[in-house]
Amino acid sequence: MKRKKKAKRKKGLSFVFCALVYLFLFLPISVIVANSFNATTTKPYMSWKGFTFDWYIKLWENSSLVDAFGTTMIIAIVSTLLATVIGTLGAIGMYRYKFKGKALIDGLLYIPVVIPEIVLGISLLTIFAKINIPRGMLTLILAHVTFCIPFVIFNVRARLSGYDNSIEEASMDLGANRLVTFFEITLPVLAPGILGGALLAFTLSIDDVIISYFVYGQTKTYPLKVMESVKSGVAPDVNALSTLVLIGTILFVVLTQGDLFKKNR
Amino acid sequence: MAGKRSKHEFRANTLPALLTVGPVTLVMVLLIAVPLIYVAVMSFCSIDEFYNVTFDFTLENYVRLANTDYLKIYAQSLIIAFLTTIICILIGYPFSYIIARTKSRKKRILYMLVIIPFWTNSLIRIYGWRTFLGSSGLLNALLIKLKIVSEPIEFLYKQGTTILGMVYCLIPFMILPLYTAIEKLDGSLLEASSDLGAKPVNTFIEVILPLTSGGIFSGSLMVFIPCLGYFFVSDILGGGNSDVIGNLIERQFQSGNNWPLGAALSIILIIVTLILVKIYQKLGGDMDSLGV
Amino acid sequence: MGKIVEIEGVNKIYGSNHVVRNLNLSVEEGEFLTLLGSSGCGKTTTLRMIAGFEEPTSGSIMVEGERVEDKEPFERNVNTVFQSYALFPHKTIYDNIAYGLKMKKVPKDEIKSRVLEMMDMVQLNGFEKRYPSQLSGGQKQRVAIARALINRPRVLLLDEPLGALDLKLRKQMQLELKRLQKKLNITFIYVTHDQEEALTMSDRIAVMHDGIIDQLASPAEIYEHPATKFVATFIGETNIYDGCITSITDGVATMTLENGAVTVNAPEDFSLLEYATISVRPEKMKFSTSPVEGFELVAQVKDYIYVGSVLKCVVSLPNGNELKIERLAGQELPPVGSKCYPYWNVDDAVLIHNESHYIFEALNNIKLA
Repeated sequence: MKRKKKAKRKKGLSFVFCALVYLFLFLPISVIVANSFNATTTKPYMSWKGFTFDWYIKLWENSSLVDAFGTTMIIAIVSTLLATVIGTLGAIGMYRYKFKGKALIDGLLYIPVVIPEIVLGISLLTIFAKINIPRGMLTLILAHVTFCIPFVIFNVRARLSGYDNSIEEASMDLGANRLVTFFEITLPVLAPGILGGALLAFTLSIDDVIISYFVYGQTKTYPLKVMESVKSGVAPDVNALSTLVLIGTILFVVLTQGDLFKKNR
Repeated sequence: MAGKRSKHEFRANTLPALLTVGPVTLVMVLLIAVPLIYVAVMSFCSIDEFYNVTFDFTLENYVRLANTDYLKIYAQSLIIAFLTTIICILIGYPFSYIIARTKSRKKRILYMLVIIPFWTNSLIRIYGWRTFLGSSGLLNALLIKLKIVSEPIEFLYKQGTTILGMVYCLIPFMILPLYTAIEKLDGSLLEASSDLGAKPVNTFIEVILPLTSGGIFSGSLMVFIPCLGYFFVSDILGGGNSDVIGNLIERQFQSGNNWPLGAALSIILIIVTLILVKIYQKLGGDMDSLGV
Repeated sequence: MGKIVEIEGVNKIYGSNHVVRNLNLSVEEGEFLTLLGSSGCGKTTTLRMIAGFEEPTSGSIMVEGERVEDKEPFERNVNTVFQSYALFPHKTIYDNIAYGLKMKKVPKDEIKSRVLEMMDMVQLNGFEKRYPSQLSGGQKQRVAIARALINRPRVLLLDEPLGALDLKLRKQMQLELKRLQKKLNITFIYVTHDQEEALTMSDRIAVMHDGIIDQLASPAEIYEHPATKFVATFIGETNIYDGCITSITDGVATMTLENGAVTVNAPEDFSLLEYATISVRPEKMKFSTSPVEGFELVAQVKDYIYVGSVLKCVVSLPNGNELKIERLAGQELPPVGSKCYPYWNVDDAVLIHNESHYIFEALNNIKLA
């Protein structure tokens, strides 16, 4: 039938288009993975000189790189935790209570979302310099918490918009006090939003280059370490580490979203 | 009686409000509002011969920014951001449409496949492009091998390459809101349109486009604004030939060491942002659909 | 009157799900035909195949004598009123109704006069500039109908259009729809799961069940002479008796049930020793305090329920089956718990072939061949 043929052609075209977009998205990553096995030893480590595992071995010797990665993870975990707690409480409070200055807080929350990161970065740099906080782990964490909070709040708020207040009243009616109600009812119901916000915060934190770039002092994160070597050519041990991280994230996705790949859901 | 009442009021409202909203207020005021005000103040300051900021009121920084060299870079920055946004829409819209309209569980896998690349650090991915496009890189090696060219082509250090990098970094910010908007689209509206005699192209113009324009607007905002600040993309791929406003700011705070001038540049960027956000709101954009 | 829609041998299969089975249906021009059935019976799929949103897996669909399977919805001269109304939320009421004419590139002046005329007809004058979100459910419904009717389709397809309205509004809209249909003389194919709605509005009803049409007939015929047990139980309340025909004399059969023999009219296509089903509506059931000739049923009065003009009696048979019997209120009745003898006038009971009957018939045909 004509209609079926037409639909088939359309499907084929869509498939080709999507495949090209995915190719675009995954191309540089494939290059990174490939280059982590590149036997070249001359800067800027770009031409293919054969296959080797050397860079993975060298990675363990390059302790500063591994340290930088550790720093990134610590900062990401600590700021995600802080941002999630502060953001969740804030979202609930702002949803429930009326107070002076609410509109102002609401407005401030949009700033980290819309403003270019570089503006946030330099504003934090200037204020840290002004009040003489030494730049390092502390300033990095403060900065990351700041830009992660709004994303947590928006995620929790999206969940709250469908929230039925009467379930809390029911809980208190059944004899639970405010605190018990919060942990037994409010938190579990909001959990998907909180988790989504936390995941987003974690992603933003490990990916951040620009804001960290202005507040890092001596504590280098992994992206900053890469930034440093960009001009001279990034050594394939960075690629090796990136490859390992990539494998880690994919494993994480498969483990947490495993049901995606099962045949019958 | 009155005492009891206010005690109840305190326990039911004041205390929980303080506990929940207190921390976020503190962070937002101390680490967003105060620093930005400080930057605004600094933009009217000058520096002494030791590059220290001196607090005296001057418009000198803003006068310097009106210089033609700077104006050229603002224009270039806006052009790069504009082209990046357009390309993101052209690629992102049909792509989001296809995956959002995919039936069955494949949809979630397709969606995850968009997210996964962005869990590798953006800087490293941009460097991956550099490795791929460089004169001794993979693409040139391939082109020479296939005898399409005899000499390696220099892809790097061009404005087009910067735009490619920007598109690459920012396209998820276009795809995600578009995906959300298109997924919300009620299929029966498309059927109704077809039923009433509209050809697919008319259904697109009359129904699909207006109902998903919110996604296009928020996606455009989330692509356009960061583009003005992503200095590392033009650094790595454009090699200084395609600076954006972000590069100018970065230089003042690092090598140039003229913080007040950098602050003034940041204020310009903030003003541009505010204008764009106002336009977005005028177009009916919802602030809450940004960022989630 | 000619046939406006002819469906021949249509099947629709989704994966392993056979939704519509070898469907044959012809719709007369200008009639109000209802596809009635519970959810999943294939009625909506059938409608969507006529509209062009779904393609039949096999078979042919003709509209005005022309095959349409290969035509896109926008190429077909039929229009649909959607269950969810599917009004365009970003367009005003005026623009919603004008949409089909705009697509046909009708001149603006003509669009205007036709839209206003149509809005007048569905009593929506003055709502031109409103948006769908500003209307009530009933008003949205009228817009959806106006938007479809303005295109002067040869056939209007309605997919449970009144499903989202409250009872009172639904009753009112039923009458209005019927009035519109008569006035415009357009063929309506109407899908619903509400049997009362189907009985009120339709010229003919096709009762669908598991992808096939069990019976296609007028409302009275369907109610009074259900062709299958499913139709009998689906349309209205009824009492069902399964049994075996043990004698037939002059078109009157004696049927032996689990609880005793009863008498019923038997048309010619029923044969001796056939397993069959009797359906008797509650308002046709009677009971007496003394035995009735030709009926051996003995029951016990369980309960009386007053519902205004009638009294619903529940009596139970020895095997536990409960019968529903309606009596006019105000009559004297035996007390609850006492013995009673259910019966009916032989003309009031309907004898239905048991589904297994068809199997036997098929087997016989095979043997004969």
